[in-house]
Amino acid sequence: MLFLLIGLHVVCATVVFLVGSRLGRWVWPIAATAPTAVVVWLLVNAGAMSDGGAVSQKSEWVPGLGLGLDLRVDAFSTLMLILVSGIGALIFAYAWHYFGNSPSSPRAAGLLTLFAASMVGIVIADNLLALYVFWELTSVTSYLLIGLDDTEAEARSAAQQAWLVTSLGGLAMLAGFVLLGQQAGTYTISEILTAPPSGTTTAVALMLILVGAFTKSAQYPFHSWLPTAMVAPTPISAYLHSAAMVKAGVYLVARLAPAFAVVGPWRPVVVTVGLVTMIAGGLRALRPFDLKQLLAFGTISQLGFLMVLFGIGQPAATAAGCALLLAHGLFKAALFMVVGIVDHKAGTRDIRELPDLGRGWGPTKAVALLSAASMAGVPLLAGFISKEQAYGALVDRSGFDRLVLVGIVIGSMLTVAYSLRFVAALVLPDLVSPELTDRPPARRTPTFWFASTGVLLATGSVVLGVAPRVWSGMVDAAAHALDPGAHAHLVLWHGLTTPLVLSVITLGVGAALFVLRRPVASAQARLTFPVSGLQGYDAVLRSTLGFAGRLTRIVQSGSLPIYAAVIFSAVVIAPMVAMVTGRWWPGWPMLIGTPAHLPIAVVLVVGAVAATLIGRRFAAAILLGVVGYAMGMLFVLQGAPDLALTQFAVETLSVVVFLLVLRVLPDRFELRSTTIRRPLRIVISAAVGVFVVLMAIASSGARTEPSVSGEMAEQALPRGGGRNIVNVILVDIRGMDTLGEISVLVTAGIGVVAIARVGRRRPADPVHPRRRRRTEDVGAP
Amino acid sequence: MIGRSLILDTTVRFVFDAAVVLSVYLLFSGHNQPGGGFVGGLVAASAIALRYIASESDDVRFILGIRPATVLSMGLTLAAATSIAPLLFGLGPLDHQSVEWSVQVLGAVHLSTATVFDTGVYLIVIGLLLRIVEALGDDPDDVTDPVTGGPDEGRS
Repeated sequence: MLFLLIGLHVVCATVVFLVGSRLGRWVWPIAATAPTAVVVWLLVNAGAMSDGGAVSQKSEWVPGLGLGLDLRVDAFSTLMLILVSGIGALIFAYAWHYFGNSPSSPRAAGLLTLFAASMVGIVIADNLLALYVFWELTSVTSYLLIGLDDTEAEARSAAQQAWLVTSLGGLAMLAGFVLLGQQAGTYTISEILTAPPSGTTTAVALMLILVGAFTKSAQYPFHSWLPTAMVAPTPISAYLHSAAMVKAGVYLVARLAPAFAVVGPWRPVVVTVGLVTMIAGGLRALRPFDLKQLLAFGTISQLGFLMVLFGIGQPAATAAGCALLLAHGLFKAALFMVVGIVDHKAGTRDIRELPDLGRGWGPTKAVALLSAASMAGVPLLAGFISKEQAYGALVDRSGFDRLVLVGIVIGSMLTVAYSLRFVAALVLPDLVSPELTDRPPARRTPTFWFASTGVLLATGSVVLGVAPRVWSGMVDAAAHALDPGAHAHLVLWHGLTTPLVLSVITLGVGAALFVLRRPVASAQARLTFPVSGLQGYDAVLRSTLGFAGRLTRIVQSGSLPIYAAVIFSAVVIAPMVAMVTGRWWPGWPMLIGTPAHLPIAVVLVVGAVAATLIGRRFAAAILLGVVGYAMGMLFVLQGAPDLALTQFAVETLSVVVFLLVLRVLPDRFELRSTTIRRPLRIVISAAVGVFVVLMAIASSGARTEPSVSGEMAEQALPRGGGRNIVNVILVDIRGMDTLGEISVLVTAGIGVVAIARVGRRRPADPVHPRRRRRTEDVGAP
Repeated sequence: MIGRSLILDTTVRFVFDAAVVLSVYLLFSGHNQPGGGFVGGLVAASAIALRYIASESDDVRFILGIRPATVLSMGLTLAAATSIAPLLFGLGPLDHQSVEWSVQVLGAVHLSTATVFDTGVYLIVIGLLLRIVEALGDDPDDVTDPVTGGPDEGRS
């Protein structure tokens, strides 16, 4: 069933891609079928996961590598699936209004569905390697989604940045997975977690895995791709960058932390990175004028918060993390939807230019107000409940955790400040940007249906905030699935406790930061960090490309004689060293097998020698063909008709290809050579000739194990089903080799046109006066 | 090419058909007799190359009506699909299945998935040669696609 759910996504995406262009906005209901099906499945199977149980399904894939498509849905996966598929389905409904009948609708819908499939795969995979595959699939689909508007250079470079950063992290993670799998002796996640390995190797593996999680979840210092990725259409940002993809890193940390938080430097590393991200992201969110950028940095900050809660690996913090995960999905997706509506209908997202959002904007503004309040942690909303849980989890502990608590409180104060900034920009624009006098009313107003998905999410925040009982059980089960010791009991009123006092202080200081935003902003302007994340990314990218360029200029000098000299010298020297140091001379072989060899040998030798002496290129090519045909005759005599047939065909073709190339080369060989002098050429050529002969003799006598060819001949008919052994070897026994070789052929086929054309399109090509004249007549090259 | 030779042109037209038939024969007989997809592909490619020398590449592409890149990708798809397909039935990759039955005229006919794999090889060899002819033989300034008549997207 789990496989079918993922398969349904792929089917929906295929349908959308195939017939989407004729369906207009109707692609969205088709695409939404898949996530809706996941939600229905969750509802039907809710009982199985509630009591620490899990639904799992296994399928062997490559057993030799421990690679299995093991899927497992426990209560924590359920929580993630609610985010991925539940909020996902709402975002698809929102996209119906956002994209409408725009031509990019089918592509966006298809890619989003494929993305949803990979995301579902991540949260239900129970095998490290399967998880990695899904992980990279989200990277690929998000690359395509961020670059949806592929005519915009900005979108392309943003997509590339997201791709480079997350896939580099992904590679580090893969290395970590392999190390961890080897240490644990299994790649099944649930088995690793029940008997976690420890030691230095495990610690190294975990650090590598964390790099992957940090890049995916946009933690400092890898965060800069997330704000850049905001060039994507808003439904995509709402889905990828609030509810789903960026939570993948958090998900992984949440899974591993209960078992591994005590191994190596896990806890200090995760907590430090998370806190830095939370505070720095919060500070940055106070600065941008673009509402979407504000949300992007806010998301980074909240991801840091989640990272801290899960990364500590203590039961109470884990439980708080589960609550925050859901609350964040609800309010952040709604806020992104609001930004999308404003952008779509008011024509700008810039705080300084926002028009007056009057009549008809009520629902949108209400969504913004409630969701931002939930984000800030205002009582009676979901965000408040989860933040209380987080404070409560850390307040009774000592030392290190106290410091963490201080960090979280500071981060939350900043959250309050930027939440206020967001709301004020929409509700009280005159307060935030008083310099814009004579504010025009918005040209268009959103329909209620456009805002309806946001209204649903905001209602969710309110219901969960007023009646914590509704989701207490679910969060409890999720936390319990991660850590058997974790229990969550969400209530609205704990009494007059320290967390409540901290909440009040947080709200108060946050509001003060907003009121004093001008002095705060000028202080921030003076205290900017010397290098921003984006500059760091640019510098790394530029220096890598520069290094590659310099290396290429050295290695790829562009001189054919030098390439040939290097290759042939390597051919001679490397095996020659091995031959000389070992025992290799088996004695002279039989020089003349049958009398018929003699005339063929004469043709061979004469052809080969003549080819080196002759001055005209065309004649030399023909002579090489003669050598080739003579070789074919030898194969016939030795009883290898297949080989001979192939040799003849190849020789014929080679002559034709030579013909084509020779059309553009001078008639005669250049005798003067400046790059490599003639004596050196002769030495290298002679060395290659001598070496090949010695190698042939040595290798024919080097056998130490019995030959496999006998067995191949025996097995060809019974197992390969063919009487032509050569062909059975090619397509069956060594079929994988053939597959690899034809892939190389295809690659060569793709490359050959490009190379040939680049070589011939030089403007100062002396060989083709006729062609050049013609292009000059036309007027443009 | 500077003008056409009538004798060469006519001869090649006769040889072309025979060579293509031979190449297909080699492809299908390959499992039990000398031949196979690689050799068959080479023979067909030689035939096409002869045709090219006798006339022009445009002529060759008119006959085929398919872009070289399409031939290449069809070949690789066939080969890769036959390699992967056995995995779906719980067998190892490239685990070939075959049937044998007798047909009135042809005698015992042996059909194997190995032949499908070999057909992939066959197509790739032909596609590769077509690409080479296109790369080295064509007039580089001519950017119209003789198959569709429009600008050739596959060549930029």
